[in-house]
Amino acid sequence: MKKELIKYAVFALCILLAPLVFSGNYLMNVLVFVGIHTMLAVALNLLLGYAGQISLGHAAFFGLGAYGSGILSTTYNWNPWLAMTVVALVVGGLAFAIGFPILKLKGHYLAMATLGMGIIVYIVFNEWVAITGGPSGFSGIPNLELGPLVFDSDLKNYYLVWSFVLGCVLLSVNLANSRIGRAFRAIHDAEVAARVMGVNARLLKVQVFALSAMICAIAGSLYAHVMTFVAPPSFGFNISVELLTMVVIGGLGSIYGSFLGALLLTLLPEFLRFMHDYDIVFYGGLLMVMTIFMPGGLVRGIPDLFRKITGLKNKKGGAHA
Amino acid sequence: MKKLVMVCSMAAVLLCSATMALAAGTIKIGGLFSVTGPASFLGEPEKKTLEMLVADLNAKGGINGQKLEAVIYDTAGDATKAVQLATKLIKNDKVVAIIGPSTTGESMAVLALTEKEKIPLISCAAGIKITEPAKDRKFTFKTPANDHVAVEKILQYAAKVKQKNLAILTVTDGFGASGREQLKVSAAQKGFKIVADETYGPKDTDMTPQLTKIRSSKADAIICWGTNPGPAIITKNIKQLGIKTPVYMSHGVASKKYIELASPAAAEGIMLPAGKLAVYDALPKNDPQQKLLREYDAAYKKAHGVEASTFGGYAYDAFLLVTNAIKTKGVTPAQIRDGLEQTKKLVSVSGVFNMAATDHNGLDLSAFEMVKIHKGDWSILK
Repeated sequence: MKKELIKYAVFALCILLAPLVFSGNYLMNVLVFVGIHTMLAVALNLLLGYAGQISLGHAAFFGLGAYGSGILSTTYNWNPWLAMTVVALVVGGLAFAIGFPILKLKGHYLAMATLGMGIIVYIVFNEWVAITGGPSGFSGIPNLELGPLVFDSDLKNYYLVWSFVLGCVLLSVNLANSRIGRAFRAIHDAEVAARVMGVNARLLKVQVFALSAMICAIAGSLYAHVMTFVAPPSFGFNISVELLTMVVIGGLGSIYGSFLGALLLTLLPEFLRFMHDYDIVFYGGLLMVMTIFMPGGLVRGIPDLFRKITGLKNKKGGAHA
Repeated sequence: MKKLVMVCSMAAVLLCSATMALAAGTIKIGGLFSVTGPASFLGEPEKKTLEMLVADLNAKGGINGQKLEAVIYDTAGDATKAVQLATKLIKNDKVVAIIGPSTTGESMAVLALTEKEKIPLISCAAGIKITEPAKDRKFTFKTPANDHVAVEKILQYAAKVKQKNLAILTVTDGFGASGREQLKVSAAQKGFKIVADETYGPKDTDMTPQLTKIRSSKADAIICWGTNPGPAIITKNIKQLGIKTPVYMSHGVASKKYIELASPAAAEGIMLPAGKLAVYDALPKNDPQQKLLREYDAAYKKAHGVEASTFGGYAYDAFLLVTNAIKTKGVTPAQIRDGLEQTKKLVSVSGVFNMAATDHNGLDLSAFEMVKIHKGDWSILK
C-alpha cells in the first residue's frame, strides 16, 4: 500500500511541475487533451483491463457528457458545474440501465452491441439538428468558472483537467486494490469460478460499466468547456478505437499504463509532424512494433526493455574484462 | 557512441536551420487544411494552391521586400487537432494570420481561439455561422460565398420560369444542413412552397426511396444540396426512375468530376449555380475575373497535372486578401485585420470581394453564374 502511495505522489508531483517546462508552448494545450484522454483511458481500463469486458462504444458516453453539458449550460443557461454533475449522473444511470441486457453478452457479441450503441448515439448527435446543431457542431459553450477564476487559458485548463484526472486515478487505484477490484479480476479470469465463490458477477459488471461511463461523461463535460465547441466527429467510432488502443498500448489492467498510453498516442503525432506525409506510416509501424514486442503494454514493456539493455551492457563489460 | 554523435549533429543541424529561418526578415502566415481524412477533397487543393502562390510571390521578390513563409499543418478534419495546431501556429510559429480551416466545424472551433488571441482567421469553409454575428467575429473572415447566395441564385431563376412548388433533397452533413436551413428560410420569404423535404446520409448509395416520395409530391422542381458522390447517385436515380421534373444542384458539385460520375447522359439538363472558375471559358469578354481564372487554372495544371478546383480557389482568395491587406496596412495582426475589413473591389477566384464591418465575406450574387449541363459541358443560362 505504501508503494502505491509513493507512486501516486510521484505522479502527482510530475503533473504539478510539468507546466514549468511547457508553459507558453502549444504543448500545454496538447497536455490538456492528454489529461482528458487519460480519464477516458482509465475509465475504459477499469472495464476492459480489470473486469475483462470490451466496449467499442465508449466515445458515446464521452459525447453524451460533452453535448449534455454544452446544451444545458448554453441553451438552458444552467450553472456549468450543476450541468456537469447532473449529466454525469444521468449518463451513469443510462449505462446502468443498458448494462443489464448488454453485459449478458460475451466476446464478439458484446463488442458488436457496444459498437451499435456508439453508432446510434453518433447518429443522434449528427441528425438531431434542432438540439445538437447537427453536423456543423454546437458552439458558444461557456468556460468553467470558480468564483473570480475563469478557466479560459491553457494553463488554467491544465490544472482544472489534471485535478480531475488525479482524483479519477486515485479512485481507480483504490478500487483496483480493494475487495471489489479483486472480484473484478476474478470475473476477468473465470466468471463461472467467481460466481461459485459468491461474487455477484452480473451486478458487478453493470456497476463498473456505469462507473466507467460516468468518468467518460465527466471527461466529456470538461472537453466541452475547454473547447467551447463540440461536433459529432469528435465522438465517432474511430475515437472509441483510439481509446482501446491507448488502453492496450499502455497496458491492460494498469491505471498508470492508461496514462502512458494516452500520453503516447496524443503526443506522438505532434512529434512526428516534421515527417509531413509519412508520419501516418511511421505511426502505424511504431504501434505494430510495440504490440509485437511489448505485449504487456508500455507499463511492463519499458522496465523489461531497460533491464535487457542494462543486462546486455553488463555482459559486454564482463567480456572485456 | 557513434550513433549518439550522429543524432546530436542531426539535431544541431535542424536547430540551426530553424533559427536561420527566423533570422531572415520573413512574414509568417499559417495554414490549417484537412489534407487527409474525410474532407481531403477540400484540404488538398487548398494546401497545393497556397504553396504554389507563396513560392510564386517569393520568386517575384515577396511583399514590400520581405519574404513570405507559409507554415501549413494537416488537421485531418478533426476539430480538436485543429485547435491544437492553431495554438501551435500562434504560440510557437508566431504567425500573423491563419488561412483555413477547410470545414465549418473546425472553423467554429478555431475561431474561439483566434478571436481571443486577436489573430486574423480567413476560413475556407462556407457555413454562415463562421462570420455571424459580426460583432463577435472581429478577427474572422471567410472566402466561400454564403450558402444563401447560392440559394437565392437558384430561387431567382426558378421564379423567372414560374416554378412554385419545390421539393428539396439535402445531405445530412454540415454543407447539406446549412443548405436545407437556407432553402427553407428563403423559399418562405419569396413565396415558394416546399412540398417535399427529404434528406440522405453522406455515404448512402441509393436515393430511390426519397425520389419516389418526391415524385408523388407533384413538385415543379427538385433542389438537391450535397457534395459528391451523393448528387451523382441522385442524378442517376432520377434518370432510372424516369422523373422529368427539372433538377437544380448546389454549387457543391460545380466540377467536371460530377458530370463524369453521373455520366453526361444522366446529367443532361441539370441546372446549378457555379463559381466562375468552372465556366471561365464561357464568360463574356468583359468579365473582370476571366483573366485571373485562366491564369490560375493554367498554373495549377502545370504544377499538379489536374484542373484547378473551386476549393483550391478558396485558399487563393484568402492568400490574395491577406497579401493585399499586408501591402495596404502593414504586417501586425491588428493591421492585417483592418486591411482585410477595408478590402474593396478585390478581384479573385470566388468573386469580387467588397468587405465591410458587418460583412466579413464580401461576396454577392455576382459570385455565381446559373449554368445548365449540356452534352457533358456547362452552358450559361440567361
